[in-house]
Amino acid sequence: MRVFVCMSYVPDTTTKIRFKEANTQLDDASIQWVINPWDELALTRAVELKYDAASPVDEVEIVMVGGVRCEPILRKGLAIGADKATRIDVEPLDAFQTATQLATYLQGKDCGFIVCGIESGDYNEAAVGGMLAELLDYASVSSVSSVQFDGDAPVYQRDVANGKEQVKVDGPAVLIVQKGFARVPKIPNMRGIMTARSKPLDVIPAIEVEPLVEFVEYAAPPAKGRVKMLNTPEELVRSLSDEAKLL
Amino acid sequence: MSILVYIRNVGGQLKKQSLELSAYAKAMADALNLDVTGLVIGTMADGELKKLGNYGMSRVLKVDDEQYNQRVNRVYTRIVEQAVNKTDAKYILFPDNAQGKAIAPRLSVRLRAGFIPQVLDLPSSFEPFTVKKRAFTGKAIATVTAHTERVILTPMLNSFGLPENAQDLEIQSFEPHIEEPDSRLELVGKQLSEEGVQLADADIVVSGGRGMRSSENFAMLEELAATLGAATACSRPVADDGWRPADEHVGQTGKIIAPNIYFAIGISGAIQHVAGVSGAKCIVGINSDPEAPIFEVADYGLVGDAFQIVPELNEVFRKHMHEKK
Amino acid sequence: MNFQLTEEQIMIQQAARNYAQRELIQDVIERDEKAIYPTEHIRNLAELGFLGMLVDPKYDGGGMDTVSYVLAMEEFSKVDSSIGVIISVNNSLVCYGLEKYGTEAQKEKYLKPLARGEITGAFLLSEPGAGSDATSQQTKATDMGDHYLVNGVKNWITNGNTASVYLLMAQTDPGKGHHGINALIVDRHAEGITLGPHENKMGMRSSDTHSVQFTDVKVPKANRIGEDGFGFKFAMKTLEGGRIGIASQALGIASGAYELARKYAMERKTFGKPIIRHQAIAFKLADMATEIEAARFLCLKAAWLKDQGQPYGIASAMAKQYAADMAMRVTTEAVQIHGGYGYVKEYHVERLMRDAKLTQIYEGTSEIQKIVVSRAIESGDI
Ligand SMILES: Cc1cc2nc3c(=O)[nH]c(=O)nc-3n(C[C@H](O)[C@H](O)[C@H](O)COP(=O)(O)OP(=O)(O)OC[C@H]3O[C@@H](n4cnc5c(N)ncnc54)[C@H](O)[C@@H]3O)c2cc1C
Ligand SMILES: Cc1cc2nc3c(=O)[nH]c(=O)nc-3n(C[C@H](O)[C@H](O)[C@H](O)COP(=O)(O)OP(=O)(O)OC[C@H]3O[C@@H](n4cnc5c(N)ncnc54)[C@H](O)[C@@H]3O)c2cc1C
Repeated sequence: MRVFVCMSYVPDTTTKIRFKEANTQLDDASIQWVINPWDELALTRAVELKYDAASPVDEVEIVMVGGVRCEPILRKGLAIGADKATRIDVEPLDAFQTATQLATYLQGKDCGFIVCGIESGDYNEAAVGGMLAELLDYASVSSVSSVQFDGDAPVYQRDVANGKEQVKVDGPAVLIVQKGFARVPKIPNMRGIMTARSKPLDVIPAIEVEPLVEFVEYAAPPAKGRVKMLNTPEELVRSLSDEAKLL
Repeated sequence: MSILVYIRNVGGQLKKQSLELSAYAKAMADALNLDVTGLVIGTMADGELKKLGNYGMSRVLKVDDEQYNQRVNRVYTRIVEQAVNKTDAKYILFPDNAQGKAIAPRLSVRLRAGFIPQVLDLPSSFEPFTVKKRAFTGKAIATVTAHTERVILTPMLNSFGLPENAQDLEIQSFEPHIEEPDSRLELVGKQLSEEGVQLADADIVVSGGRGMRSSENFAMLEELAATLGAATACSRPVADDGWRPADEHVGQTGKIIAPNIYFAIGISGAIQHVAGVSGAKCIVGINSDPEAPIFEVADYGLVGDAFQIVPELNEVFRKHMHEKK
Repeated sequence: MNFQLTEEQIMIQQAARNYAQRELIQDVIERDEKAIYPTEHIRNLAELGFLGMLVDPKYDGGGMDTVSYVLAMEEFSKVDSSIGVIISVNNSLVCYGLEKYGTEAQKEKYLKPLARGEITGAFLLSEPGAGSDATSQQTKATDMGDHYLVNGVKNWITNGNTASVYLLMAQTDPGKGHHGINALIVDRHAEGITLGPHENKMGMRSSDTHSVQFTDVKVPKANRIGEDGFGFKFAMKTLEGGRIGIASQALGIASGAYELARKYAMERKTFGKPIIRHQAIAFKLADMATEIEAARFLCLKAAWLKDQGQPYGIASAMAKQYAADMAMRVTTEAVQIHGGYGYVKEYHVERLMRDAKLTQIYEGTSEIQKIVVSRAIESGDI
C-alpha cells in the first residue's frame, strides 16, 4: 500500500520573522527552513508503518509544492525514510492554489491514504488537507491521532468533541493529522542520510491556478503590556476579578 | 443576501463560541445591512437555539435529522453549501476549531470562495474584502484580501467579545438533498471521554509544565481546575513523558487555545508553547524562577513554589467563588 | 575557499543536535552525579549510526567524512561530553585503527560489529608509569610462537569495562625500545583480565574508566595489527586522528557553556538591566564567541585535511591544544557569568567546566601537543 505525505516547509520556530518590501513580503534572507512540524510527525508515522511488518504500507512518497530552495527539506524527508519525493515547481501562494497543485498530481494515483499535517506554521491556514479532499472527492478524516489496520483496511482514530472515534473509509482518504499521530519526529540515521541522494526526487511543472486570497501586508503583533508581578494568591484573585473582570 | 453562521452541535448543546460567532456576524451584518442566519446540523432543542437570538441572530435553519448526528465532513460540506444557496449567503462563518477547519476548506473549494482562517478582527473593508489574520504561529499579523464573490471566515475566539443584541429568532427546518449519503465513511468504534471541561472550549485553563515534577502532582492542578470550572492542559514534555494525555498538550505542535484565563504553572514559557496560547485574554504565570520567559508574555505573575502556591490559590478561589454565589 | 557545509553535513549536525537537545539533556545531570554509564543512549546512537560513522559502509559504517564527525561531536558534547568521549574512542581510535591497519579477517570479525555499534572498543596505551611518555611501556607481550602472552597493567582506560574489544599496546622486545611495541586485538573477556575499580572522576563521570590488569593473557598472533614492532607507530598515527575527536569535544563543551551563559546573561537582571548590558559581561561573551569560532575553524581544518588525504598531525595537535585550553577558559567564564547559580548542578555549567578539564589531559596533554607543534616548527615542517 502506498501512502502520500504532503509536506510543507516553514521557518524554524526560533527564527525571527521579519518582512521586506514595505512589509508586503517575508524577508527570507536569514530564515532557516524546516519541515513543518506536523508534517514531520505525519512522515514519521508513515515511515514507521512502512517498517512495521504487520502493516500493509510498503511505500511512502512525499509531495511538496515549492521552489528549488525546498529541495534540502525534501532530501531530509527521504533521509527520514520516504522512498520518493515529488516537488511541484511553484511557490505556494495560498491554500487553494497549493491544494489544486497537489490534487492535480495525486488525481487517480493508487494509494491507501494521503496524510497532511493539521496546519502549516507559516500562513496558519489549516486548509490544504480539506481542500485537497474536496478536489479529489475523497473522504477527509480530521483530527486523526492514529492509524491501525484491520487486516489490510486502515482504521483511523479521530478526536471528536466528547471523545474518540474509529472510522473506516471505503477507498482512499485524506487524513489531517495532529499531535499523537507520532510521538516525536524521527531522527534520520546515517544510512538514511547517505542514501537520500540516490532516491528519486522528481520535479514536475505546476499548472496555472489563481489563488483565492492574497496576503497584502504583514505587521508585528501588538507588544504586550508588561507583566504585573503580584505577591500573594489573594492579590491574584483580586486582580483577576476586579481589574481584568474575568472571574 | 445574508451572513451564514455554522453552529457547532456538541451532543445537542451550543458552545459559547457559537454565540461569539453570532455576535461577530451581527457586527458585519449591521455594516452591510444584512441578516444573520445560523445553520445547525443534527438534533438540538429550540430552547437551546433560542440563546442565539440574544447575540444578533435572527434566523436559524435546523437540519433536524438523526442520520446527520454523525459528522461526515463530505456530507456536512454539502449541507452547508445548500444552505448557502438557499440564503444567498455572501459570508460564511465557522468556528476556528477542528470542526470548522474540517468543513470550511472543503466548502471553499466547492464555492470557490476565499477562505480566511484565524481571523483576528472585524473586516477593515468589504470592497475588496480585507481582514487581519494570525500568521507565523502568532509571530505576525497578516492583512488578507479575498476578491471572490463569497468569503469563508473562521474568527478566532476572543477576537471580538460577546456584545448582547437581542433579536426575534425564527427557527426553520431545513431539508438538504443529499443524493448519495456518504457510505464511504463507517464508524466502527467510539469512546466517550470522561466528563470534564473540554480544553478547546474552556473559558479557564489550568496548565502545568515540567516544573510539576511528576504525574501525581497534577492532582493539585485538577483540584484547582475543578474549583474554577476549568479544563486542564500541559506543556509538551509533560505529555511526551506520559504524565498527562497527549491531547492536553498545548502549543505549536499541540492544541491552539484561546481561553479567558490561562494559568501556566511550572511552565517556562518556551516560544513553541506560547504559540498555542497567545490568543488567551489573560495569562497568569506561576513559576519559581523570576527570570522565566513566561513572565515576558504573562499578564499577571506570581514567583514561588507551585507546590505551596497552588493549594493556597485553590483555597482563595474557593472562597471567592462561594462569595460570588 | 568555501565555508558552506554540504546538505549531508547539515543533516548530521541536526540529527546530533536533535538527539542531544531532546534526549541527552533529560538525565545528564543525574548520570553525571551518579556516574551512570549511558547504556540506552549508546544503543540509540548506534542505531542512528554514530558509533561507526567514519567507517566505510562496506564494513557496516556510516561512511561519513571527518567534517561531519566534528559537527556531531560538537553537538553531543554541548550537552553530554561523556557521550562524546565514548563515541570518540570508538570511532577515531578503535574503528579507525582497525580499518586503516587491520587485516580483512580482523575487519570482518571486529570492525563490523564495532561499526554497527553493537559492541564498543577501548584503546589501551597509558600505564601507571607511561602517560605522556608512552614509549616506556612496561606491559609485556611475550612472543610464544603462535600467540603472545600478555602481562602488565594499563590504566585510565575509557570504556574499560563496557568495551568488548581492546586495542592493546604492549612491549614484545624491550631491546628495540619503542620499535619493540606491538598492537594487539584482545577480547575483553579473555581469561586473565581483571579490572580495577571504576575511577571516581572529577568530570566526564558517566564514561567508564578503569585500570586493566593482564595476567598471562593469551592473544593469538592473528590478532596483531601490522608488522611485528608496528605498535608504537600505530598508536601515534591513530592518536593523530583521535585528537580531532577530542578537540571537537572540547569545542562542544565550550559552545554548550557559551550558549547557556548567553541565554542567562539576557535573562538575568542586576542594577535594573540584563547583565549582558554590563560591558564586563558583554565582553566576556564576545571573547568566548570569538575563541569558540577560532577553535571551530582549527577543528574543521584538521578534519578537512584528513578528508583530503593530506597530513593532519600538526593541525590536529594545534586544534586539540587550542580547543582544550579554550574550553577551560570559556567554561570558567560561563560559571562566572552565572554567579552563584553557576556553582550548582542544576544550571549545567559547572559540569561542563569539570568536563573541560579532561580535554587538556587525555590523548596527549596540552603540553604534549605543544611539543608536537614546536618540533614541527624546529624541523621546518610549519
Ligand atoms: C519544533 C518544536 C515544537 C515544540 N512544540 C511545543 C508545543 O507545542 N508545546 C510545548 O509546550 N512545547 C513545545 N516544544 C518544546 C518547548 O520548546 C519547551 O521545551 C517546552 O515547552 C518546555 O516545557 P516546560 O515549560 O514544561 O518545561 P521546562 O522548560 O523545563 O520548564 C519548567 C519550568 O518550571 C519551573 N519550576 C520548576 N519547579 C517549580 C516549582 N516548584 N514551582 C514553580 N515553578 C517551577 C521552572 O522554573 C521552569 O521555568 C517544542 C519544541 C520544538 C523544538
Ligand atoms: C578520564 C581519563 C580517561 C583516559 N582514557 C584513556 C584511554 O582510553 N586510553 C589510554 O591509553 N589513556 C587514557 N587516559 C590517559 C591519558 O592519556 C594520560 O593521563 C595522559 O596522556 C597524561 O599522562 P599522565 O597522566 O601519566 O601524566 P604525565 O605524563 O605524568 O604528565 C604530568 C604533567 O607533566 C606534563 N609533562 C609530561 N611530560 C612533559 C614534557 N616532556 N614537557 C612538558 N610537560 C610535560 C604533562 O603535560 C602533565 O601536565 C585517560 C586519562 C583520563 C584521566
